[in-house]
Amino acid sequence: MNALKLIRLVVWASIAVLTAALGFLLLAPPKDTGTGVAAVGGPFRLAAADGSVVDSGMLMGKPFALFFGFTHCPDVCPTSMLEITNDLVALGDKARDFRVYFVTVDPARDDAKLLKDYTGSFDPRIIGLIPKDEAELAAIAKSYRAIYRKVETPSGYTMDHTASIYLMDAKGAFFGTLDSKETPAIRQSKLRRLIDKR
Amino acid sequence: MTKTSLLRALAAASLLALAAPAAAHDFKVGDLKIDHPWARATPGGAKVGGGFMKITNTGTQPDRLIGGSAEISAIFEVHEMKMEGNVMKMRALEKGLEIKPGQIVELKPGGYHVMFIDLRNPLKEGDTVKGHLVFEKAGKVDVEYKIESRASTGGTGHDAHSGHGTKAP
Ligand SMILES: [Cu+2]
Repeated sequence: MNALKLIRLVVWASIAVLTAALGFLLLAPPKDTGTGVAAVGGPFRLAAADGSVVDSGMLMGKPFALFFGFTHCPDVCPTSMLEITNDLVALGDKARDFRVYFVTVDPARDDAKLLKDYTGSFDPRIIGLIPKDEAELAAIAKSYRAIYRKVETPSGYTMDHTASIYLMDAKGAFFGTLDSKETPAIRQSKLRRLIDKR
Repeated sequence: MTKTSLLRALAAASLLALAAPAAAHDFKVGDLKIDHPWARATPGGAKVGGGFMKITNTGTQPDRLIGGSAEISAIFEVHEMKMEGNVMKMRALEKGLEIKPGQIVELKPGGYHVMFIDLRNPLKEGDTVKGHLVFEKAGKVDVEYKIESRASTGGTGHDAHSGHGTKAP
């Protein structure tokens, strides 16, 4: 092997290593927050169905729950909202200032009046949030790693969507999720720990 | 048997015949038995609702639920809902819902349902909603849906909600 060939080989090998490293950096999942929990959630600023604006920056010190749904939902959304309503009622005074944000994945149909009627028929602590466009919806869904997809039906469309209830702590960090399959006792103990966490 | 007692017996029998279907809340068409159609009360503003029931095929031929209507909605579709991981997915069953011979197919929350789309009024607990179902072979049958609480899981017609400490306000 002559010197030129050796140099060529070294250069190509370096390029391969660099390409692999770059690929890893680009494709690797987002870094952990240091608590061992992958980052879920992030800053948002969205119009609420009651006419106010909810800015996650203003929620520091206030743990909250967040759910993606839509009012044309068969039974997952009403069931989840009914369950968390029951949980909040069961927690009594402890949950007095707790908020549940219902982010509509169907802002085309869920206007402020409809969404306010809907969440209001469960509990006044459930607040509808309405992304003003596809970009706002995509951004908050991405930060919560939630999925939503419009699917055609014979008469119109429906929305596939992530149906977990996200729990966010007083520092705005992801705390866990609530699941319909869990017993009320388990969900309520999670909520109690979330509200007590400082 | 005297004439009077015969009349009395006939009257009693016809009363029973009238009372029985209402009490059991089931409906029949051909070889199909439709047990306890029901729906949940809808939240404020909701434009859709799901209808549930149990369908038993006592015959020897498969049949399909392919459509129907309900007096409270403009549109009626046969749907399937399922969870894939944490993602809720709902699809219209374009070929209808098959009920094989000897099979009992249950339409229930979280699974198969008929969907009332563009509700004219909210579904209110305690109400009864008239409608009909259309099967590919057995044809058309009138049914009535009992509207139960938002927490109901159906079953007996009673409010069978499980484990919820408190009702929604
Ligand atoms: Cu449906």
